Amino acid sequence: MELFIQQLLNGLTVGSVYSLVALGLTLVYGILHIPNFAHGALYMMGGYVTLTAMSQAGLPYGLAIVVSMVAVGLLGVLMERLVFYPLRDAPPLHDKIAAIGILLFLEAFAQYVWGADYQTMPTPYGNVITVFGLTLTVQRILIIASTVVIMILLYLFLKKTFIGASIIAMAQSREGANLVGINTNKVAMMTFLLSGGLAALAASLASPINLVFPGMGHLVILKAFVIIILGGMGSIPGAIVGGYILGFSESLGATYVSNDYKDIIAFVILVIILTVKPNGLFAKEGH
Amino acid sequence: MAVFEKRRLWLAVLAALALAFPLLVTNGYYLHMMTISFIWMIAVYGLNLFAGYTGYLSLAHAGFFAVGAYTLGILTVKVGLPFWWAFVLSCAFTSLLGLVIGLVALRTKEHFFAIYTLCVGYIIYLVIDKWDSLTGGVRGFIGIPAPGDIGPLSFQTPVAQYYLVLFFLLAVMFVMYRLVDSLTGRTYIAIRNSEELALTLGISTMKNKLASFVLSVFFTSLAGALYASFIRFLGPDIAYVTVMFDFLTYLLVGGIGTLAGPVVGTLLITFLSQQLQFLQDYRMLIFGPVLTLLIIFYPHGIAGGFIRYQAKRAEVRRLEQRANRTAAELAASRQGRSERHVEEG
Repeated sequence: MELFIQQLLNGLTVGSVYSLVALGLTLVYGILHIPNFAHGALYMMGGYVTLTAMSQAGLPYGLAIVVSMVAVGLLGVLMERLVFYPLRDAPPLHDKIAAIGILLFLEAFAQYVWGADYQTMPTPYGNVITVFGLTLTVQRILIIASTVVIMILLYLFLKKTFIGASIIAMAQSREGANLVGINTNKVAMMTFLLSGGLAALAASLASPINLVFPGMGHLVILKAFVIIILGGMGSIPGAIVGGYILGFSESLGATYVSNDYKDIIAFVILVIILTVKPNGLFAKEGH
Repeated sequence: MAVFEKRRLWLAVLAALALAFPLLVTNGYYLHMMTISFIWMIAVYGLNLFAGYTGYLSLAHAGFFAVGAYTLGILTVKVGLPFWWAFVLSCAFTSLLGLVIGLVALRTKEHFFAIYTLCVGYIIYLVIDKWDSLTGGVRGFIGIPAPGDIGPLSFQTPVAQYYLVLFFLLAVMFVMYRLVDSLTGRTYIAIRNSEELALTLGISTMKNKLASFVLSVFFTSLAGALYASFIRFLGPDIAYVTVMFDFLTYLLVGGIGTLAGPVVGTLLITFLSQQLQFLQDYRMLIFGPVLTLLIIFYPHGIAGGFIRYQAKRAEVRRLEQRANRTAAELAASRQGRSERHVEEG
């Protein structure tokens, strides 16, 4: 029983990270209809920027995360301006291939600048606490807590602010938003800023319990795609719930099925979902 | 008609060059590179048939390449089948796998299809990586035999292997050439251009997509089996997404949806990679932006761009001719009118 609860807590930690990554991905998909295969590279860059800000500039952990969120957010904006904006009217094959190009470039870039080695990120919250016989590191609690806070902030931002409302308007209809005078370019940039920031936050939170290396975004991005298909492409609550479902099934699967194959679980889930519902769960009828 | 004649001449010259290559270049390293790039070309033709002509981006093809290669390895080393039996069976097995996956995957469209196949590719990679007892896991799979003799033909030397791979490449190119010019090929292009329209025309899109997918998987597994028998060592890395991206780069640089594209792109990139050897691990620093810039500014690649340029030139020439003819007619009629004027006057 204790093992079970321990694994549930692990699932909650992993699920929080997945949800943050999937949120950024689903925002971009829901609003701009781009399946951003380069999102994993943004995640990876987030990890490295935080690490560099801490080790080179000597910033404290919290501040380094903020710096990283801004930097990667801007990187996302740059991506939108330079690549996805020129491709907005191209066939759907094109933006997928362009995104793959960016992914390859950023990975090679990280390997060039920071080397191919696995690096550890120090955290001031490394101490272990015991609650009701369960061992937990403070870092894990921090991950869960900050994810919840960020989700609430994001919700308030989207529901209560004018920019948030225009983002939602654009998600509903790009032409319509344009007609009522919303600057769709600005909204597109804002979306990429948010998406990059969320990816950087997720990476910075997860890195102390994982590691930082050029390929760290691969599995995460694939799982984020699984999550947003699970939760309905473009749906924000779907991304959050999907993230936790995947987190739980992985940590329980690792314990009770096989640790070796825990990474396959996500893909098997996806294959099953798309086999049954080719347009994804909760697909809107028609186009 | 003249265009076709010219094209055939070009093909004959290129085929002759490829045949004479081992005689002209005795350097073993270049022969090795050439053979490897022929193998990539076969795989890229597979991808081209499906992505270029049918319009679906499959990201699982590196996985199918690896399945073809590993099946050959397992059948020859673990089961002990004679080489050519294993060769045929590994292509058949991979195509069958492609059929099963295609049946499910092709119900999804556009983004979903890309994501689905990306995940299928990843599952294949993870299975190869984790199933130690069958595939050797991360340590790799060794001891794959060279292609066995066929009657008096022996494939033990690099030159003989070069010709074997070239034979398969030419066969694949021939099939592609005939296919694309046939009604079936036109059907694939119709599906690429508009699936709804193709459906309205009474084309069974599912059946055609499936046939195209399985054939493209077959080509790719053929390349995989050749790779296994040529390199004779396999690691799980060949199923990894980076191999997939290499195929995509070759295809896009050469020209997606063209017959010459895979050859042009693969040769050029392999050649460039040789020149940029010092970059090895960082080659994506250059290829990544190249891939992105190409798709934004030059989505038809080298071969596609060339075909467009030729078409445009032919169009310009035709227009010029027509303009000249009208001008001549106009001049003639004006002359006639003025003559009449003179007569009337």
